[in-house]
Amino acid sequence: MEFDNNIPIYLQVIHDIKKDMVNGVLAMGEKLPSGRELAFKYKINPNTANRIYKEMEAEEICFTKRGRGTYVTEDKEKMKNVREEMAGSLLANFFEGMRQLGFTKEEVIQLLENKYDANNKQ
Amino acid sequence: MILQCNDLVKKYINKTAVNGINFDAEKGKIYALLGPNGSGKTTLMKIIAGLVKPTSGTLTYKGNPIGVESKKRVAYMSTEPFFYNFMSVEDVGKYYKDFFEDFDVKRYEELIERMELGMKDKTKTLSSGLAAKLKIAATLARKAELYMLDEPLNGIDIIAREKIINTILESAREDSSMLISSHLVDELEKIIDNAVFIKNGSVVLYGDAEELRASHGKSIVELYKEIYA
Repeated sequence: MEFDNNIPIYLQVIHDIKKDMVNGVLAMGEKLPSGRELAFKYKINPNTANRIYKEMEAEEICFTKRGRGTYVTEDKEKMKNVREEMAGSLLANFFEGMRQLGFTKEEVIQLLENKYDANNKQ
Repeated sequence: MILQCNDLVKKYINKTAVNGINFDAEKGKIYALLGPNGSGKTTLMKIIAGLVKPTSGTLTYKGNPIGVESKKRVAYMSTEPFFYNFMSVEDVGKYYKDFFEDFDVKRYEELIERMELGMKDKTKTLSSGLAAKLKIAATLARKAELYMLDEPLNGIDIIAREKIINTILESAREDSSMLISSHLVDELEKIIDNAVFIKNGSVVLYGDAEELRASHGKSIVELYKEIYA
C-alpha cells in the first residue's frame, strides 16, 4: 500500500481495513491478523499496528477475545454505518469538487450516468 | 529507559563530532537517527556500542555504564564491512556464534536464505549489496535487547529494501529496541516510533513520529528537508 505522508499512518491503515470489511474481503466475525502480522503486512511500526486495533475497538468495528485475537464486528448495523460513512466522505469530496467547478445537480447526474454506462460497456 | 545519554561530547583534535547529545531510548520502540553525512550519527552509535569513549558526558545502559554486560545485549552494525576476506558466509555465522551468546543459528540460516546468499559464498566475492545483506543477517540473527543499525539500507536495491524492512520489523520485539540511522528517510517514515534529528553533533529536533507529524503538519521526510536544506 502506498501511504500519503500527510495523513497519520494509523488512519490510512484503518481506512484500508474498513474498505476490506465493507467490500467483503474481510467477513463479519472473521479473525484479523495479530498486531505484529499487521505490522508486517503494511510494513508499519508494531506500536502503530497495536494502536490501530485500539482505535478500531473504540469505534466498535472490531473486538478482542482475550488471548485469542481481534475479530471483525458481528454487528450488521455497525457495518452498515461504516459503509455509509465511507461513501459519505467520498461523496462530500466529490460534491465539493464539482461545486467548485460550477456544475449543477443535473449536469452532475448526467455525468455520473454517462460514466456508469461507459464503464459497463468496457 | 534502557538507554540514557546525558550531554555526550566527543571531540577529536580538530573536530567536535558529538556536541552535547541528550537522548533516551525506551524498550519496545524503534528510533530513527536522522541527519546528513558527518552530523555525528555514527560517532553516537559507536559511543553507545562502547567502541568510542566520549570526551565528556554520561551514558548508561539499563542504569549501568557501557561495558562487557551492555556489549552482550547490544547488537551493533557498523557501516564498514566487518568480515575477514577468507571467511565464507557460514564462517561468519560461526564467528558470530563464538562471540555472542544470543546468536541464533537457525535464524541466521533463515535470514541467509531470505537474502539469497549461500552458506558457501566467500565474503570477498560478494557484491557490495550482498555484503550489506550479510551484515544485516548476522546482526539481526542475534536476539539482542538493543539493535543499532548504521545505514542498513545503503547499497541495497529497492526490491530488497522491502525484505530488509520486514526483517527489521521482525526483530523489533516488545522486549527489544532499535536505533536506525539513515539518510533514506522515506523508507523509515512508516516504521519508526521516534525520530531524532541530529545536526552538527547536536539534537535539533526529537519526538514521537506521529506527534511530530501532527504538530508540524508535515511528514518526517518534509521535516528532514526543512531542517537540512
